[in-house]
Amino acid sequence: MSILIGRDTRLVVQGITGREGEFHARAMVEYGTPLVAGVTPGKGGQRVLDGRVPVFDTVHDAVRETGANTSCIFVPAAGAPDAVMEAVDAGIGTIFCITEGIPALDMIPVVESVRAAGARLIGPNCPGATSPGRAKVGIIPGSVHREGRVGVVSRSGTLTYEAVQAMTDAGLGQSTCVGIGGDPIVGTTFLDVLQLFANDPETGAIVLIGEIGGAAEEQAAEWAGQHLRDVPMAAFIAGRTAPEGKRMGHAGAIISGNAGTAASKVEALETAGIRVAGSPTELPALLRAAGLAG
Amino acid sequence: MKIQEADAKSLLLAQGMPVPPWEVARTPAEAGAAAERAIAAGADSVVVKAQVLVGGRGKAGGVKLAGSAAEAEAVAAGILGMDIRGITVRKVLVSAAADIVKEFYLSAVVDRASRRILLIGSAEGGVEIEHVAEHNPDAITYLRADPIRGLLDHQARRFAFAMGLGAHWKEGAAIARGAVRTMLANDADLVEINPLAIVRETGPDGAVAERLVCLDAKITLDDSALPRHPELETLRDPDEEDPADRAAREAGIAFIKLDGTIGCMVNGAGLAMTTMDLVKRAGGEPANFLDIGGGARADKVAAAMRLILADPKVVAILVNIFGGITRGDEVARGLIEARSVQERDVPMVVRIVGTNAAAAARLLTEARFETAATLDEAAAKAVAAARAAAKVAARVAGSPA
Repeated sequence: MSILIGRDTRLVVQGITGREGEFHARAMVEYGTPLVAGVTPGKGGQRVLDGRVPVFDTVHDAVRETGANTSCIFVPAAGAPDAVMEAVDAGIGTIFCITEGIPALDMIPVVESVRAAGARLIGPNCPGATSPGRAKVGIIPGSVHREGRVGVVSRSGTLTYEAVQAMTDAGLGQSTCVGIGGDPIVGTTFLDVLQLFANDPETGAIVLIGEIGGAAEEQAAEWAGQHLRDVPMAAFIAGRTAPEGKRMGHAGAIISGNAGTAASKVEALETAGIRVAGSPTELPALLRAAGLAG
Repeated sequence: MKIQEADAKSLLLAQGMPVPPWEVARTPAEAGAAAERAIAAGADSVVVKAQVLVGGRGKAGGVKLAGSAAEAEAVAAGILGMDIRGITVRKVLVSAAADIVKEFYLSAVVDRASRRILLIGSAEGGVEIEHVAEHNPDAITYLRADPIRGLLDHQARRFAFAMGLGAHWKEGAAIARGAVRTMLANDADLVEINPLAIVRETGPDGAVAERLVCLDAKITLDDSALPRHPELETLRDPDEEDPADRAAREAGIAFIKLDGTIGCMVNGAGLAMTTMDLVKRAGGEPANFLDIGGGARADKVAAAMRLILADPKVVAILVNIFGGITRGDEVARGLIEARSVQERDVPMVVRIVGTNAAAAARLLTEARFETAATLDEAAAKAVAAARAAAKVAARVAGSPA
């Protein structure tokens, strides 16, 4: 089954004729993702990726003509919130927003509208998701993955690749890897993804990769402590050496006073019975120690 | 981006908020003249406040009262040039000292958990809200603005009553709406008024009246929104921006200087933090956080190298690249080029994996760079190199001339 994406995914890429959009759309197709359409206003009727993918002017057209049900957005920050709204209005159920640098206040009404429409937004400022062997949506390099039963959820991009590569090298494959994004306001939280993994029969273990800022890791840990006691879990938290009051690259990675520290997150996870690795390379051993066979 | 109190007050004033008049002075004489004008307008005394972007200026002696123009000039002479938590004071704010009846707290923040604008209010003003939250959490009232329609009038009224503003509820509701308006107009992620105060004022006719005013203001702006607010770019204080920070910002590199000796160059914020953490874990101290971003080219790598080497404390460099969008061979070429022109040679440990890693490895081997396969190995090697460099430095320093 996997979560968020899978065999029934029919993907439309918004911003497919841009440099980033086209580069990553090609990688998605090469991975075997069912990419059925692209959208760039004014370029409807063209075909991209060696003629394999039709381009439409609007998401509505793409949905009507191709039955697209999932969107991946590479539209620049100024237009990205509206691109999410366009996908919602066109009836897309799962929306990945890769775009970085969207003002936080722009996302507040967008996240609420997505929720009210019963759709799901992942991101913004996220690397997307991969269900190894089936589909990849976003920018995570396909080469780091291997098929398996570990669900991975993370706020980062390259750190996720690092952790997933460590698991693949240790022979632990993944069911789905999801990057939820490094911004303060995101559509899908750690807790949301844990709940999806909990209901996925193909996910048998979970890795959570958090970082300083906010309290989403603490909230997820509390829920996991109550509901996922029988699921092998391990975690990693980036930013133990980060100073207070500085934004560490990600808009959301900031310690405010004594809130959002790595220590607070590590403590919450350990209280919930989840061991926290000192390095991403230790995650496979921690998962096995927590009871994951393989 | 943080902005100074005087600039924050200007943004509040632009939204029609009640802010008592103030002037900004750069010299003691200017401060004295400003005090003279305030006193001529009816003030008994003035307050002189250091304009710096760090907290705790009151405790540091950066806020003082003065009863005359001469005293204000003397007080300003003491504050200007003062060092507050590493920042030199170059400006002071001068305004009439308020006759405070009662202090409150009011702020609007972008709340991550509820994904809404959150108003925070308290009848315990003039102290840090974190302190109130810890010692008297019931004294704080919260209200979440509607995510689509914004803060509604009835919400603002309910908030003002809950804050304990009593007879001043109408002014309080207007200030709550004004705080949200200020936030939206400027893309702020924090608008904090502390204290919000009931002050007693004597009019020209001698009549005494009480009103609610914003006595201090703190605003932080969302960096992601600055491109659409060119007018706010002028509020960036060149006196307080470190030259390295400016160079990093202009090169599009996320850079934060720390105190250690091992310079770090990484792609991706989470991985950059992890690299710092692993340097520390291996027994070293990171000199910086540095994220060159996705898809970085050779010129960006060279700019990052300059930033790292500009810190004289750096004795070793750790480069950690996990190529996704970023191509490993591009980074390797950038490193080779940067090393050929840099003035200072320090040991470097390079780890490049992911996209085009094999080509990168060939280039690095030819150029005789020290490489590492894993992040743990790279951290250990960088720490060993830093220790060796420290020993050499100690020997040189200890050797007879």
